[in-house]
Formats: sequence, structure tokens, C-alpha cells
Amino acid sequence: MADEVKLYGFRGSPYGCRVEIALNLKGIEYEFIQEDLSDKSADLIKYNPVHKKIPVLMHNGKPISESLVVVEYIDDVWKGVPILPRDAHEKARARFWAKFIDDKCIPAVFKALGSHGQEQAVAEAQEQLQFLENELKGNKFFGGDNINLVDISATYLAYWLGGAEEAIGIKVLTKDKFPKLTEWCENFVNCQTVKDTLIPREILVAFYKKRFGKA
Amino acid sequence: MHQLLNHYLIQISMAKKCEMKLLGSVGSPFVTRVKFALKLKSIDYEYVQEDLANKSELLLTSNPGLQKVPVLFHANEQPMSESLIIIEYLDEILPAVHPILPSNPSDRAQSRFLAYYIDTLYCPWMKEFMLTRESERKEELKRLIIEGSMMLEEAFVKLSKGKAFFGGNEIGFLDVVVGCFLGWIKFFGIIFGFNVIDETRNPRLAQWGKSMWSHEATRSVIPSDEIHMNFFKMLLGFLPPMPDMSIPA
Repeated sequence: MADEVKLYGFRGSPYGCRVEIALNLKGIEYEFIQEDLSDKSADLIKYNPVHKKIPVLMHNGKPISESLVVVEYIDDVWKGVPILPRDAHEKARARFWAKFIDDKCIPAVFKALGSHGQEQAVAEAQEQLQFLENELKGNKFFGGDNINLVDISATYLAYWLGGAEEAIGIKVLTKDKFPKLTEWCENFVNCQTVKDTLIPREILVAFYKKRFGKA
Repeated sequence: MHQLLNHYLIQISMAKKCEMKLLGSVGSPFVTRVKFALKLKSIDYEYVQEDLANKSELLLTSNPGLQKVPVLFHANEQPMSESLIIIEYLDEILPAVHPILPSNPSDRAQSRFLAYYIDTLYCPWMKEFMLTRESERKEELKRLIIEGSMMLEEAFVKLSKGKAFFGGNEIGFLDVVVGCFLGWIKFFGIIFGFNVIDETRNPRLAQWGKSMWSHEATRSVIPSDEIHMNFFKMLLGFLPPMPDMSIPA
């Protein structure tokens, strides 16, 4: 029986993107259902009643939500290109960094952007980014030669952050402070499995200009 | 069958020689979670008590940027933090001894989703409820927690499949993830008169609570009422003093 895979998402959401990258890595065919976030569908509310948020993956009629939970599910179910390391300790480290990105890094970056580049906020965001800069350790990706859970978790930083920085006219992830991370962004967005999930940069920048009152 | 038994026995003996060290603090439910998992896996470990008001060199260097307990040290591996991550790690290194995560990927995903909900919403609501002085906010939090308990009741019915625990016949991941708060849930009932898990609203969850308390592993890891009271007082101690409400002469 062929798998039925549907993804409820929103084009331009970095969280939905995480799931799409994982699906692409495994070569899974899926139907993408665009949600209007200002008028959420009955289906979305039914499949994610707790948070009513995208992304929601439907696999043979079973809904799964929370982007990183979905990514781990995809790795659990479909063999092929591994998303998490096989070694238990390496796996724990990958999960730790993925959580760090969500719990510490991205919120600090949001704050820096929201403050339109206020010095203290930028310094705090850069403090968190420094941990990631160090973690790359001269590898192309956090997963080594290939992308893994950590790279996927950092999708926002690779593409969305640059768009927001341009829209506001500030720089948080600077090349001189973060040479490895800057190169990682470039490598990541050029991956075949990532490229096609990204919305055009002009649209992203225009969205952020509006969002941050710079339009 | 013989091979399976052998595999199990080898894992038990590995558990005994695990060279495991746990850095924790008294009363933290997240530390209780890890103790719970270590107990279920029959892993011997050294417990090191951390004074969070006076953080040790070990904590400061082992947990970059976070400086939180629990931290698990295993042999020569780099230290691990985050209770949920530690539990999954323990389950992976000793899969044959009391499996904790469900075997079905869909149940695993559902369990992880609920664990995330507990840690990012439910638990912070409970903490805020304990500490907030604004009565309106307290009422709002009470409503959210009650809603959360109803959701957990539904999840329990679905995942337990008629058995005593989230994990079925045996204590599993969500039993540990939610169960570490049982002491706090009891405390809420005594100190605030607020039944987070209520027999009328959440009958199945209430029954689950009883099953958990009668399990030897639960009783061996949940701290005493006195410890909960002291932890609560310590948290209160971190709050700013109440404004002076006295009427001037």
C-alpha cells in the first residue's frame, strides 16, 4: 500500500520548511496543503487541537505536529539518508543543539530583530550564535559532510535571518564574528533538498519590511 | 530465546558497571525524571548534589550557557543535559532493560509531542501559579492547567489502551515525564486546595496517579513533602518583596 503523506503548512514558514527538508532528504512524495493562518482550516484545528499551528504532517491519516517531533518521526519511519546520528551519544548531542537553537538562539535573535538592532539585544543574540560557531568545528555542516537534525533546526538562521536583517538594515550574524556560520548558511541554502523549499528572497524581504514597519 | 536472555543479562551487567554520575538538585522534578529512568533501567550511579545558589565548577563547565541540572556524566563521554534527551539516551544504550519509549513510531511521536507540551506550557503554568500574586492571573492559570489536564486525560486513554500506565502494562516515557510532577501535584492539593488531577474531571488520570504511587520505583524517586515545601520556600525567596501596603498615618 502506498504511503499517503500530506503536509499542512505555510509557504514561507521556517518551521514548515524543516519538515519539507526532512521529507526531501528521504525522497518522500507528499501533498502540500497551504494554510491561511488568519483563517485556519477546520482540518488544521482538528489535527493540532492543542496549538492549532502548522506544520502538521498527516501520515496515512495520523496527524503529527511540532516541527522537530515531525522530523524525528520521519527519520524513524523512513530509512535511507539518516537525519539523526546512529550513535546514542551523538544523537543526544544533536538533540541538545536542536533544542538550544529553538530555546535559546532563535528567541535571542528575535529579540535583537524586534528591537531593531538595540546593542544589548544584539550582543545577547551574538553570545548564543557563538556557541553554534564553535560547534561547527571546521565542518561543512553540523552533521559533518551532510546535513543532519541540527542543520535542519537552524534553517531559520540560514535564510530567514538574512532576509530580516536586510529588511531592518542591521546585521546580527556578521561575517567577521561568525565566518564559519556565514559559510554554513551559504552551503545550507544551496543544498538540493533545501533550495526548492525556500521562498524567493525578494518576497521574504518585502514581508519583513512590512512586519518591522520599514515598508 | 536463549540469545534474547543472554542479551538481556549482558545489558543488566552493563547497567551495573555504567560509570554514571548524575548532577542534580533537591526537589527539581527534572532531576527526579532522570533518577526515575535510571531506576527503571537498574543503572547504578553516583549522585552529586548541586547547590544552585552557589554553582559548582563542575556544573559551570559541563553545561555551556545553560548551567542547569540535571547533567549526566557517562564514562568518558561529554556531559549531557536536558532531562528528556537524557532519558532517550538511557533508553538507547540499554534497550533490552525496561524499554521506556514506545516501540511504535507514531506513539513515540505522540509521546514526544506531549512531553514538549508539558515542558513548554503545562509545567511553566504550574510554576507561575505557585508564585504569582495576581489573583486574576492565578485564575487564568488555573483554567489553563485544568484544560491541560483534560487533554492529558484524553491522551492517557488513547496511549494506555486500557492498561494502568501511559506505557501500557509497564511504566513508560510519559509516565516518567508526567510522573516526576506527582509530588508537586500532591503539594498543590495540600497548599492551594487545587486538584490539578481531579477524580471527577480526570478519572482515568486520577487512577493512573494511584497506580504510579503504588509503584516502588515512583516512591523511591519522588522527594518528600518536606522537600517540596522547602523548594517552594526557596522559590518564594527569589521573589521581590511585597510592596508596602500599609496606610500612612
